[in-house]
Amino acid sequence: MSAPVPLLETRKLSKNFGGLRAIDNIDLSVETDETVGLIGPNGAGKTTVFNCVTGMSPPTSGDILYRGESLAGLRPDQVTARGISRTFQNIRLFREMTVIENVMVGSHCRARAGILGAVFRPKAVVKEEEELAAKALGLLRFVGLEGKADLWARQLPYGDQRRLEIARAMASDPSLLLLDEPACGMNPQETIALMELIRLIRDRGIAVLLIEHQMKMIMGISDRLVVLDHGTKIAEGTAEAVRADPAVIGAYLGKESIGA
Amino acid sequence: MTTPARSVALIRRPLSRIVLASLWFGLLSLPLMMESQAPFFGLRRPLLVSAGVAVIGVLRLAVSRRAGSGAGGVQRALGATGRAVHHLVGQIDRRLLYAVGLAAAALIPLGLNRYHIDILTQVGIYVTLALGLNIVVGLAGLLDLGYVAFYAVGAYAYGLLSTRVGLSFWEVLPLGALLAALFGVLLGIPVLRLRGDYLAIVTLGFGEMIRITLNNWDSVTRGPNGILGIARPKILGFTISTPIQYYYLILALVLLTVFVVERLNRSRIGRAWTAMRDDDVAAEAMGINLVKTKLLAFGLGATWAGSAGVFFASKMTFISPESFTFFESVIILCMVVLGGMGSVPGVILGAATLVILPEIMRQFALYRMLIFGGAMVVMMVMRPQGLVGSPRRKVALGPKDRPRPTAVS
Amino acid sequence: MLLQQLINGLTLGSVYALIALGYTMVYGIIELINFAHGEIYMLGAYMGIVTFGLLSTLHLISPDSVVALLLMMVVAMLFCGACGVTMERVAYRPLRGASRLSPLISALGVSIFLQNFVMLAQGPRDKGFPNLFAGGGIDLPGARISAIQIFIMATSVMMMIGLQLLVHRTKIGKAMRATAQDMQMACMVGINVDRVISVTFLVGSILAGVAGILVGMYYGLINFFIGYIAGIKAFTAAVLGGIGKIQGAMLGGLLLGLIESLGAGYISSEYKDVFAFAILIVVLIFRPSGLLGEDISKRV
Repeated sequence: MSAPVPLLETRKLSKNFGGLRAIDNIDLSVETDETVGLIGPNGAGKTTVFNCVTGMSPPTSGDILYRGESLAGLRPDQVTARGISRTFQNIRLFREMTVIENVMVGSHCRARAGILGAVFRPKAVVKEEEELAAKALGLLRFVGLEGKADLWARQLPYGDQRRLEIARAMASDPSLLLLDEPACGMNPQETIALMELIRLIRDRGIAVLLIEHQMKMIMGISDRLVVLDHGTKIAEGTAEAVRADPAVIGAYLGKESIGA
Repeated sequence: MTTPARSVALIRRPLSRIVLASLWFGLLSLPLMMESQAPFFGLRRPLLVSAGVAVIGVLRLAVSRRAGSGAGGVQRALGATGRAVHHLVGQIDRRLLYAVGLAAAALIPLGLNRYHIDILTQVGIYVTLALGLNIVVGLAGLLDLGYVAFYAVGAYAYGLLSTRVGLSFWEVLPLGALLAALFGVLLGIPVLRLRGDYLAIVTLGFGEMIRITLNNWDSVTRGPNGILGIARPKILGFTISTPIQYYYLILALVLLTVFVVERLNRSRIGRAWTAMRDDDVAAEAMGINLVKTKLLAFGLGATWAGSAGVFFASKMTFISPESFTFFESVIILCMVVLGGMGSVPGVILGAATLVILPEIMRQFALYRMLIFGGAMVVMMVMRPQGLVGSPRRKVALGPKDRPRPTAVS
Repeated sequence: MLLQQLINGLTLGSVYALIALGYTMVYGIIELINFAHGEIYMLGAYMGIVTFGLLSTLHLISPDSVVALLLMMVVAMLFCGACGVTMERVAYRPLRGASRLSPLISALGVSIFLQNFVMLAQGPRDKGFPNLFAGGGIDLPGARISAIQIFIMATSVMMMIGLQLLVHRTKIGKAMRATAQDMQMACMVGINVDRVISVTFLVGSILAGVAGILVGMYYGLINFFIGYIAGIKAFTAAVLGGIGKIQGAMLGGLLLGLIESLGAGYISSEYKDVFAFAILIVVLIFRPSGLLGEDISKRV
């Protein structure tokens, strides 16, 4: 499976909002099985990169290649079907649905049942539904939410909601998972548990691209870091290399201290 | 500004508040109700309005004094009823619930006269319509204000195909449903990427366009005169003609609708609809094709309107554009919202209430629609989530969670 | 012919614009389609007749005078303003924060209530509206602007200028703009949002009341049902221009008037409404947020 091309690659990716250039000529790549951390001060354009990759806001210029194929012009649902899935910085669960239903929605594009299937419920559809539910339960167990399957998503505490988002994103069997500040708002114990979870995700052979502000965590689990500031890439490399980079220190100076 | 704002201090005290409100409404009704020829300009009627408002105010006060603060008493009572119904619905096995409902629906009409059976038949038509619209509004969260257009498509499909081509009821039933679905999809393709309220006006406009076309395309639809002499349905050579026979026919259609809607609701498609309603951005990110999913909702919703239309035409044997006004769309939407969006038993209850209530109010003759409009407001103010709406919804969306402007300023 | 249709269209359009302003202002602030707004306009028209009737019965001043006209306007404005504020207080304020459909149903209820109230109080039949501008007008080559048309357009322009001044030059106008942008934020910086919403309803209803008088005089006949179709048209105009945008409502109203008038003149008068809605759908396909509306990109 060691393909010569990276799993995900952006080439001179740029996005303008009106006159504002949110990201500028970003080159970024994620290899299969790799965990890459995307860091940078607030407003550096990290989430914009996610939005471009997932097709939510098409880039102004540049290209996004997934397994060597361009994702240009694909809708978000098509991108998800290709194998890229994401979570959101401001949690976006389906609040009026149960926990397990949320995860089952995540595997929407991996199931087939249409209207006729829904109405007549042939054996194949019943089986598919059972498989979806079993898979969803498995994922809930994986993220540590077993026993909460029948609660409403809104009833979950904050940290659990973040975990549920991860389970939901994994339900579409992605090869690449984009996590947008998954530790945001979590206490230290929860953060440690989350790091463990991300390691387990990687062990399942899923590549992770991760935005995070908690430096200890992101430096601890990323194979490689990419640093953005004001929409441009200012550094890239291992945690140690990035930590010593003067450009990175300059960008963060007075905002956050690296390695805190 | 107006009187209430200036006398903020007075308003604090409930009794003076009642007096002010009573005077205010009396004053508001004065210009419309007075008659320059009558003695004292007919001041009697505005005074009656004032008295009425005062009575309502005192009653509200009395109830709230007994049951706690504000209008909470009535609200809580209603809320408790709704919760109880919801709980019951949740507790009892759906199959049992539906079996009891079905038995009641099948047996009750046997003891009723023709007039009452006709009303129940109407309930059946509206249940079908409301369940169809529930797919669009309640499940998929798309605001459709022109739903009646699809009802008209079904009715006219049968009216025209029966009188001109001579097709039978059973041939047109699927055809009319399909035609309505086609109209739904055709309308949906260009407009479904619009945001909620834009969609509302476009669907409203579409409904009006259909009605105006029916009204003016004389050569085909006979315009406002409508289509007469539509054939009654036949089963194995037996013609359905009495109210009770029609009742059982619509009951069959309702059962089919409930069955299909329930199954859709608990399927992959149903989950996609609800997800889209809750958060369309996240839904799309989870791999749901929004356009396709919305079109499915629109088309399927229209299907039920189409079949209800075919049945309506066969029942009345006469149709005209008058039956398909914007007001019809509004009533059907009210049934969905009043009963509790997304809940099948709720929607059935909503439809039954809104058909039967005006019938009961017939004794008030002229005041019927006035009371009806007022009741809609009161109902929404007291229980915005509908009769059988999920009680949980209220916890988060209730006014208490919102910042109170007065507390800040 | 063309010129005449344009004049008729502009007259009609300026009335649509006046009503559309009320829709758009309320929508801009609380995102509610106030379906009862058309009824406020209808009430305005009835106030004109009531005032006129009272003046004739009392023989206080000649009902044909300018003073009578002004009185009719003032009474309609006061009454409609009061009705608008009351409506918000009774039917919409308790629902703030509920799901979006609840206030919509409440608004439909208010609409049904008001229609039937007027029908019961004033009778179901058409009522003649006094024509205070009989005869006058200006003849142009191939067309004629009647005095009433001039009056309608002039009044509408004046009201719109007044509204612009209110929104952009006064403190309450600033508060309205702030609330429209972000209600919670406005709340936090100490703006009394309840008051802003009341004022919005007040202003919108006053404009609708004036529109009622103007249309009553233009057509000469009114009934309890006129609010419905005018309401739909005005709402269409507001959406056409981009709902929530004050200039959008003006542009949308004028355009809709022109479209209808030209459509009725050159294509078919029966289908003029179909024509108006078809244009709306076409515009929304190409500009999903209306002519002057900003494109709302998805916020993630």
